[in-house]
Amino acid sequence: MIDVKPASSGSDRIWMWIAIGTAFAGGAFVQRMGFFDFVQKNPGEIWKLLLEHIQLVGISSAISISIGVPMGILLTRGFMRRYRDWVLNFLGICQTVPSLAVIAISMTYIGIGPKTAIFALVIYGLMPIIRNAVAGLAGVDQVILDAGRGMGMNSRQLLFRVELPNAMYIILTGIRTSTVINVGTAAMSFLVGGGGLGDLIFTGIAMVDPAYMLAGAIPTACLAVFMNWGFGKIEKWIVSPGLVYD
Amino acid sequence: MITFERVSKIYPGTNIPAIDNVRFEVPEGEICVIIGPSGCGKTTLMRMINRLIPITSGVISIKGQNVSEMDVIKLRRSIGYAIQQIGLFPHMTVYDNIATVPRLLKWDKQRIAARVDELLSLVGLEPDIFRFRYPRELSGGQAQRIGVVRALATDPPVMLMDEPFGAIDPINREVLQDEFLRIQEKVKKTIIFVTHDIHEAIKMGDKIALLETGRLVQYDTPEGLLVNPKNRFVKDFVGADRALKRLDLLKVKDAMMQNPVHCHMEDDAEVVSQHMLENELTFLLVADQNEKLHGYVNHYELKGHHGKVKDLVRPMTITVKPEQNLKDALSKMLSYDIGIVVVVDDDGKLLGVLNTRTLLSVVGETYDERGGVWGKITSRGRI
Amino acid sequence: MEIWHFITQNWRELITLFGEHAYIVGIAIIIAIFTGVPIGIWISFNKKAAEIVLYIAGIIMTVPSIALFGIMIPVLSIFGHGIGSVPAVVALVLYAQLPIIRNTYAAIKNVNPNIIDAGVGMGMTRSQVLLKVQLPMALSIIFAGVRVAVVMSIGIGAIAAYIGAGGLGHYIFMGINQTYDAMIKVGAISVAIMAIGVDYIFGLIENRLVSKGLRLS
Repeated sequence: MIDVKPASSGSDRIWMWIAIGTAFAGGAFVQRMGFFDFVQKNPGEIWKLLLEHIQLVGISSAISISIGVPMGILLTRGFMRRYRDWVLNFLGICQTVPSLAVIAISMTYIGIGPKTAIFALVIYGLMPIIRNAVAGLAGVDQVILDAGRGMGMNSRQLLFRVELPNAMYIILTGIRTSTVINVGTAAMSFLVGGGGLGDLIFTGIAMVDPAYMLAGAIPTACLAVFMNWGFGKIEKWIVSPGLVYD
Repeated sequence: MITFERVSKIYPGTNIPAIDNVRFEVPEGEICVIIGPSGCGKTTLMRMINRLIPITSGVISIKGQNVSEMDVIKLRRSIGYAIQQIGLFPHMTVYDNIATVPRLLKWDKQRIAARVDELLSLVGLEPDIFRFRYPRELSGGQAQRIGVVRALATDPPVMLMDEPFGAIDPINREVLQDEFLRIQEKVKKTIIFVTHDIHEAIKMGDKIALLETGRLVQYDTPEGLLVNPKNRFVKDFVGADRALKRLDLLKVKDAMMQNPVHCHMEDDAEVVSQHMLENELTFLLVADQNEKLHGYVNHYELKGHHGKVKDLVRPMTITVKPEQNLKDALSKMLSYDIGIVVVVDDDGKLLGVLNTRTLLSVVGETYDERGGVWGKITSRGRI
Repeated sequence: MEIWHFITQNWRELITLFGEHAYIVGIAIIIAIFTGVPIGIWISFNKKAAEIVLYIAGIIMTVPSIALFGIMIPVLSIFGHGIGSVPAVVALVLYAQLPIIRNTYAAIKNVNPNIIDAGVGMGMTRSQVLLKVQLPMALSIIFAGVRVAVVMSIGIGAIAAYIGAGGLGHYIFMGINQTYDAMIKVGAISVAIMAIGVDYIFGLIENRLVSKGLRLS
């Protein structure tokens, strides 16, 4: 039953060996750079910075979500609907502004410290969330809204029972994108004194110490990949199985 | 039940009314079809009833209550609403879709569950199979059924249906229409049914309201619309074949000749043969003592036979039921290439005959006493 | 005012940095197009490869840019290019892969099979169908991927200044080090303007690339 397609299982095996080989080579490489030694000697510091990093991401993403989703909802209500395209365009332009520029400019106005970092992360993280919330809510089929209204739902019921569940996948995608980008941007908060794993990366690069640098880069990369994976799971769990997306 | 009194709708920014001074009344328990060419305002008129579109002037009332004075949410919850694009909520299961309004009205769980099962069974969908399916897992016809059933969920006295069978193929549409009429026989809702299909209107409607650019041109029974079109527009709209369309409306029992000439199984062949010769009959129907149809006899075979009629009786290839419409009967006659069909009830009892001449007499005004190859058929009963 | 003063003082350097930035991004994007588009075409014929390639490109995309730069340094120092524009370009090429591959793949897959059928039926070879039918129809979507890649690369390219690649990011990092606000603002604003401007121009080109027959009226 398992080997119905020998050709494809053969290519599967090749891919598997390539993956194992790459992982092995990567492991050997970071070993040579002294990564594992460094981790063994400084578990406390890495742990502390990792927690700081998670805190930065957690706080800023939570704020972004709690501002962004309601903003997205407001922008699709009543008279605001007229400005929807305009707002989406504007947000699209904002999104092209590089993260480093946002952080740097925030610093010149607020100064140094975790507050600046969180402020910049919130601003940068807001755009994909609002954008997707607006796009998701605006994309809900008019027909089912009409059906809901005709069945006697008031606007609150319509929002919570019909619009949000149907837009949920796109809204969550925005949150996912925002959070994953946030993990990377948070690494730059070191520049404005925000702490986090960026400390190890920037210092490592400045000191030309690969082990130090990798001790920051690898956990940051893993955190981002993990977040992405985790949100994928959450999406499957929250979004109704009646809706299918490719 | 539902009355429209001088109802008008003028969309903001326009001068021409979308609905112009419409007045008519839909009696309780009837299906009123609103029909007209596209853009005539039929959907607008319907949507004004549950106030999805606000009324500009005039009064729409349900059971004497002005809808404009009712709480809009309560009003909508008390009216079943089914639309062409179905509008099933894709994120909800069939169960949740049907349960939507019951939940809004805070029914308890058991009552909802029982109601959902009842409704699914009503449209022939096995509850255990369909209850937890999502709309994307349904065929077009199944989705339409769920859409209609969802509108029926709280057993509302009034239903609004906007081309509820519009999105499916003609064959399935016929099936659904029949099914719906069968359900309506039982539930007796007052229904506003919007369509652009005159066939559907004639089939479904107890009354038809024909609109032209927002004005009510004729409000009549389907029969009335076909027989007495009020003006040129109505005539054109119902079509040149409006006579044929009457076949949809009339039942076999309305047009058949009752108590047709026939003989019994135990009758003597020679007597019957003699009778057929005298009356120029080539064929003759055969029944038994209980008037149950057994078939027919052929005069050529019967001639010179000594014995009973039943020795030579041949089975009848096709029969029709009195409740079928004339179109079905005609199509049977055409496809079997015969000029006559016999009408029997569910027990096989001989009720009457229908031939092309009687059909013509219904559709047109000509009537011929002679009945084709069967010879002259009279309603003389047993010979 | 401060900013204006800074610009009038340092406009030559600003132009040089601008040029460096454009150079790094330009080289990276050209390489990314020459690798990403063929990969995208290839995986459109091979479902298994498509899954794997898109998955890997997706993972690379999630790796934070500064971390990827960090990882590039020791890897490329094996070849003697640990610092400077080479690791920056390599990292940008890797990042640019996902939007380019994904759009190429999606665009080619999306060409109506009936049209391909028609092409084959007219006697075109498989490669002629690809070059004369599929690619022209897919062009604007592929270009949209390139646009995303370019805009993204401009932003990430700013970070590359930290590993000595030069470009406008140089002003940002130097300004932060020296707490020189005007320098930071000039760096940040010029990167932002570059990103927004390129996005706008590429948007115009993208619209023109849609074959006239495919344009919606």
